Amino acid sequence: MTDTASLSADPLARDWWTGVADGRIGYEVCRDCNAAQFYPRGRCTACGSTRVETRQAAGNGTIFSITVVHRPPSPALQAFAPYAIALVDLDEGVRLMAHADPALWIGARVRATFVPFGERIVPRFVAPA
Amino acid sequence: MAFISGVGNTRYGKIEGSTTMGLAAEAAHAAMADAGLRPQEIDGLLTGYATTMPHIMLATVIAELLGIRPAYAHALQAGGATGVAMAMLAKILVDSGRCQAVLIVAAENRASGQSRDQAIQTLAQAGHPDYEVPYGATIPAYYGLLAARYMHQFGVTGADLAEMAVLMRRHAGLHPDAHLRSPISTEDVMASKPIALPLRLLDCCPVSDGGIAAVITREPISASRVRIRGTGQAHFHQHISCARDWADMGAQASARRALDDAGMALTDLRYLAIYDSFTITLAMLLEEIGFVRRAGAGEAARAGRFGLEGDMPLNTHGGLLSFGHCGVGGGLAHLVETQRQLAGRAGERQVKNATTGFVHGDGGVMSSHVSMVLERV
Ligand SMILES: [Zn+2]
Repeated sequence: MTDTASLSADPLARDWWTGVADGRIGYEVCRDCNAAQFYPRGRCTACGSTRVETRQAAGNGTIFSITVVHRPPSPALQAFAPYAIALVDLDEGVRLMAHADPALWIGARVRATFVPFGERIVPRFVAPA
Repeated sequence: MAFISGVGNTRYGKIEGSTTMGLAAEAAHAAMADAGLRPQEIDGLLTGYATTMPHIMLATVIAELLGIRPAYAHALQAGGATGVAMAMLAKILVDSGRCQAVLIVAAENRASGQSRDQAIQTLAQAGHPDYEVPYGATIPAYYGLLAARYMHQFGVTGADLAEMAVLMRRHAGLHPDAHLRSPISTEDVMASKPIALPLRLLDCCPVSDGGIAAVITREPISASRVRIRGTGQAHFHQHISCARDWADMGAQASARRALDDAGMALTDLRYLAIYDSFTITLAMLLEEIGFVRRAGAGEAARAGRFGLEGDMPLNTHGGLLSFGHCGVGGGLAHLVETQRQLAGRAGERQVKNATTGFVHGDGGVMSSHVSMVLERV
């Protein structure tokens, strides 16, 4: 991932995806009210403070929901289909969308891996080793 | 007071050679004629958006096309809830005395004006561009996540969801303008090809061309004396990954506001028009708002409660799932059918005792909710 500009026009998102390419999942914690949030906003949605810091999640969580996509949005992604998209509740208390092993189920414990998808590296959650 | 004095629509489906403006004009003229008004008598115009015709001021484009010089005009955007939101704003405009007759119109050549991939990619942008879309997400995928969780949490089955699709197709068979009219069975739905499991092809609405319009007036100027009695909205999130309370996505709160505004209870409603982009959308909305118990939509459909002879006739035009989905016009069709039912002019689809009606629109992924209570006066 040398071309970080292609990741997003938003600097916060560019940083987040650059972290993913290095095997990290960032989330924000408010220094004033201690609320954790995802996605990164640079401002706390609980109290409005701009004193938020980025922390790295350990990569462990639980599947909240999961769908298996058979009809991708573009021909370029057809080679990856079917792929599973999940909502994952990280142990740090935030939820994010990510890829997952299609054999997983709601409530399953998972850990993050990082795999190529389309033009970038994405987090993909699998059963713990 | 606000009355839906006229309605009109084009047929829905793949209409080769159709244009967004052509469909808008046909529907608008039909609605104005139905209300008994000439274009010059319209003093307010509201429209939505068209993905095939992005424009910074679509309302005045349509006004000029029709020869209308309104005192109030602009476009609104609330995804699939836009149609009901337009009607709500029209009510506010006539109630305040700002306007006498507001034309609301929605049209798009969504099926023939672009490729299927283009349509899917454009609509996927309802998701977060940085934290959802890059995963190859689509609107069916967002709703697939909703369906998987909802089914897990409340014990809804694929067969329950399939009932919603079968019902909408049965109703569309009675509407000459519907996109999909051939009957289907629950087995057909459950055997259709996987799109974003647990959702299959027949759990999803089609992409259609179409135009539809209504005229909301301050006085009851036509034979269709259907009054907007109460309205409400709720907007709890935009992106499904940010939805916090999965037991109330906003539909319940929106419906409650509309019912309180009307001074009515759920049990007072005799006709239902509920947004149904997917089978799960319809089941979730019916259950969250409280027309049936959790996981009860399928059994209520099987028992005939949502049919023409049932106690809660539902989307008798066939809904998005079968009448068709041309964008903003997809959700507005629910309102137009409710007006026809309450005015007693739904032809062979006419239900008995439709004195009151409830319309609910959902935009995004259960993101924007607009509810409306109508009554015959
Ligand atoms: Zn804070």
